Amino acid sequence: MTRSPSRIPEQATRLIILLVVAVTALVTARAILIPDDFGEYGHFRSSAIDENISVPIKYAGQAICADCHDDVVEVKEVGYHRGVACEVCHGPAAAHVEDEESVELRVPRGRGYCPLCHEYLPSRPTGFPQVVSASHNPIQPCVRCHEPHDPTPPETPQECSACHATIARTKSVSHHAYVDCTQCHETPDEHKISPRVSIPSKPNSRAFCGGCHGRGADAPPGTPSVNMTDHGGNYVCWQCHYPHLPQAR
Amino acid sequence: MADSHANNGGRIRRRSFIKKLFLAAASLVVPGTTYAKGVLGRLRKWIVDDSYDPNDHYWGMGIDINKCIGCGRCVDACKTENDVPREPFFFRTWVERYRIFEDNEVLVDSPGGAMEGFRNTAEDEETVIRSFFVPKMCNQCDNPPCVQVCPVGATFKTPDGVVLVDTDYCIGCRYCIQACPYGARFLHPVTHTAEKCTFCYHRVTQGLRPACVEVCPTQARIFGETKKRASPLVRFMRMNKVSVLKPALNTEPKVFYANLDMQVR
Repeated sequence: MTRSPSRIPEQATRLIILLVVAVTALVTARAILIPDDFGEYGHFRSSAIDENISVPIKYAGQAICADCHDDVVEVKEVGYHRGVACEVCHGPAAAHVEDEESVELRVPRGRGYCPLCHEYLPSRPTGFPQVVSASHNPIQPCVRCHEPHDPTPPETPQECSACHATIARTKSVSHHAYVDCTQCHETPDEHKISPRVSIPSKPNSRAFCGGCHGRGADAPPGTPSVNMTDHGGNYVCWQCHYPHLPQAR
Repeated sequence: MADSHANNGGRIRRRSFIKKLFLAAASLVVPGTTYAKGVLGRLRKWIVDDSYDPNDHYWGMGIDINKCIGCGRCVDACKTENDVPREPFFFRTWVERYRIFEDNEVLVDSPGGAMEGFRNTAEDEETVIRSFFVPKMCNQCDNPPCVQVCPVGATFKTPDGVVLVDTDYCIGCRYCIQACPYGARFLHPVTHTAEKCTFCYHRVTQGLRPACVEVCPTQARIFGETKKRASPLVRFMRMNKVSVLKPALNTEPKVFYANLDMQVR
């Protein structure tokens, strides 16, 4: 029997069926596996953008705080902390905006928070206000002198230690702990306002120390005394004795 | 009969004409409605939901090294805003401290990513000739290597220039983490998918600034449009000499640094 040339050979038919099945399977698998929105804007699922957008917001942003706390914002806007957003210290506020009754924000009143920015670090940019918190009025909370919304202290500090903390600390453990700063340094009141314009005095003679430590001086009992005429020759006292820690050598 | 009814001596009868007309019109219903839906959708986006069109924006960030005080508030805020794991080795943004010594030795550290700020260390006693803080994050490259290597299309660049991750589609193969020259990506310990800075895309699309920019107390971070005249970022780039990290890699970052030291890598 001769085959008509138009008839498709059997092996070809099988191959075609296989091919059709394979292509159908591929197309079906592609349709099932690839999400509908893949490739709408690029080689990705466009709904992934919506998923990224739908993340809840935690930081409400500074502008919204002024709606209720306008009195605080007014104070802050003219102070040195005007660039510091409310949420830097008070934490994320979106939940508080939603429900201000049950969600309270943190108020860092301790000594731990301010040094995050204001502790002295050599790497910090020059001119940024920094303190060594170990010697800057230790133990006292920062908010006692500095209103955080307007951190300039409202009153000029009365104690010398507010500015001369290192000296005050040294003196506090020395034999001179109970000698007031003003006993040796005459301090005009003006010094507290413009410290570099009016400078406190310093003792300038051996006789000043001799007022307490000379033989027969009027001093509390137990005060060490020396013969001022032959002790130390021509040197002034503070060339050998550091007055803020006189026992040091 | 039907034929003679329809074909009345070569002329089309009115009834059959109207029938065919309706049939022809009906065949257009499906494509017509689909098209109309598309047009309506676009119109609605324009008229009703006019809030955000990604094609109108192209975001970037400026970081002024001279203003960074290393307080780490940005790191903390980022972790809070984006639910980044609190463990000290998962970061979307972190702050590095550079210390360059007299012999040109460079010491870079970032204890806990600066989440709790920095402390003085013994090295500060040595002769440091210059020292500064460098906030780091995803550079939102215009030519992102991480997107190129993703085998499944789970990370991509949006029309407004932000590189995002599709967490549902990510297979956690870590290729993108390897590919990022800035080390800005990590594998989320719970979902086992790639994580990175999104420029706080959820905030930006609502007109807010990213959390790190919001809380920066010294305005060391500036966020804004890269291509509009009236943008804080464009002003930042006008007022400062800016550079990017690893420019030789041709990644074209959109995070611009002012006063960057040559030792910063």
